[in-house]
Amino acid sequence: MVQKPYKIKTVEQLNETTFRFVIDCKDLAEESWCGRFVNIYCEGKTLRRPISICEIDKENGTITLVFEVRGEGTKWLSERKAGDELDILGPLGNGFFPEKDKRAIFVGGGIGCPPMLGAAEDYGENAEVILGFRSQKQMILLEDFKRVAKDVSVATNDGSYGVKGFVTDILKEKLAGDKDAIVYACGPMPMLKGIAALCEEQQVKCYVSLEERMGCGIGACLACACEIHDKTGTHVLHVCKNGPVFDASEVVF
Amino acid sequence: MADLHVNIAGVDFKNPVITASGTFGFGQEYARLYDISKLGGISCKGTTLHERTGNPSPRIAETPSGILNSVGLQNPGVDVFIEEDLPFLKKQNTTIIANIAGSQPEDYVETVRRLQDADIDMIELNISCPNVKEGGISFGTSTKSVESITKAVKAVAKQPLMVKLTPNVTDIAEIAAAAEAGGADAVSLINTLTGMKIDIRTRRPLLKNNTGGMSGAAVFPVALRMVWQVANRVNIPVVGMGGITKWEDAVEMLLAGATAIQIGTANFTDAFTPLKVIDGLNAYLDSCGEKSVMDIVGKVQPW
Repeated sequence: MVQKPYKIKTVEQLNETTFRFVIDCKDLAEESWCGRFVNIYCEGKTLRRPISICEIDKENGTITLVFEVRGEGTKWLSERKAGDELDILGPLGNGFFPEKDKRAIFVGGGIGCPPMLGAAEDYGENAEVILGFRSQKQMILLEDFKRVAKDVSVATNDGSYGVKGFVTDILKEKLAGDKDAIVYACGPMPMLKGIAALCEEQQVKCYVSLEERMGCGIGACLACACEIHDKTGTHVLHVCKNGPVFDASEVVF
Repeated sequence: MADLHVNIAGVDFKNPVITASGTFGFGQEYARLYDISKLGGISCKGTTLHERTGNPSPRIAETPSGILNSVGLQNPGVDVFIEEDLPFLKKQNTTIIANIAGSQPEDYVETVRRLQDADIDMIELNISCPNVKEGGISFGTSTKSVESITKAVKAVAKQPLMVKLTPNVTDIAEIAAAAEAGGADAVSLINTLTGMKIDIRTRRPLLKNNTGGMSGAAVFPVALRMVWQVANRVNIPVVGMGGITKWEDAVEMLLAGATAIQIGTANFTDAFTPLKVIDGLNAYLDSCGEKSVMDIVGKVQPW
């Protein structure tokens, strides 16, 4: 874990509100793996903005960040240019550890898609991917997912691209009695809740990456609390330190 | 290089920069980023007699030049603190302050009793937490209860006792005087100011607790004024905190009468803030030809 300035290598706008930065950060990339995140200082803001790592290129010493403009902090971030420096704290959190000897399905919803790209890439070419968006206008990273995975399905709420409906509709079909598959997911809470319920019903192992409003990002301030129920009882853990990835069957949604 | 040592109620601090309770856990996390032995001291996460799981999320929100939090004193309880967290802290070669909270006066007394033989340097009595339903701030808002709880805790405390004050009162100097009358060896201030933020789209407060404690740069002038008023009122040392984000703020606090300062919210913005404050303070003292940091404490020249 480090906190220091790193140079932005490239900036690309993916849609009206979503941006992709490639960051030149050799030491940080070295400690990164899929599902981890970084906490970025945004000028004038008291709290850093947590952004999940989308892809990692250890050879070239870079990480890719894809983020959506949600408020003033991410607005400032989106206005940075290639060559600018960003003060980054990271890498943080536990991340995904895709089990490579099992069938894996990676599910991303909206701005929850970026971390699934790195996870699918890490798993390998047999990855199956399901992406969900409100409509085609919000769709991101489709070509990137097609590059790393053998099978990519898309669901949009309004049917403007792919299947009309939700990622869970596609997931249900894909799972159909295959108890040995593993599901990895990141996206809005209602989507994760739906996926967790479906996986429980189908008795399929599932890992979800949670989001919560964060303070320090490293487990000191205890702001980003989530409830986890395991064999020993219910615990209040923290998304930044104990997560962001949790066993879906233990998350109290 | 100026002498940065300060002494508060018989407790030595290698420099006057302490990390504030609730922002620094029990030190382990920030120790992964830098050598925390460089700190003057660490005020540990508020600890209660029994484990507390805290308030529901969201517990934090950004506000102009600051934040609101409603963590609600999540902590593992004093016995776990002594057994699992203190051994690490004691190896860090810095001064350790245990911050104690409770919902009944008896809880505070019992918690401090359990710390009698613990290897801590000082106790900070938190009677100013705005985020718990019972106790906390309610003990800190009347002179009568401040004096009585300070007296009760002082009777069992083996280590010097510092009382942490809430700014959510009419006259904080009166409250500080009550803590002194109850036997406090020092006071620290300010805890957070109660505040609120509403999401106009959902028409819901951002914090699940509806209200929370406000901290960060926005509160600094309020904190500075209160530290000055308290330092002018009591004869015990004052530890100043509230919105310190840079060394210049720390100098202002010392000039206002604080013997040491605490840094809290600024740790989230820049983890290295405490180290930058120590370096900046040192350079400032050198540039003014001051031999010791103690030489500037209370040296503001009011009009």
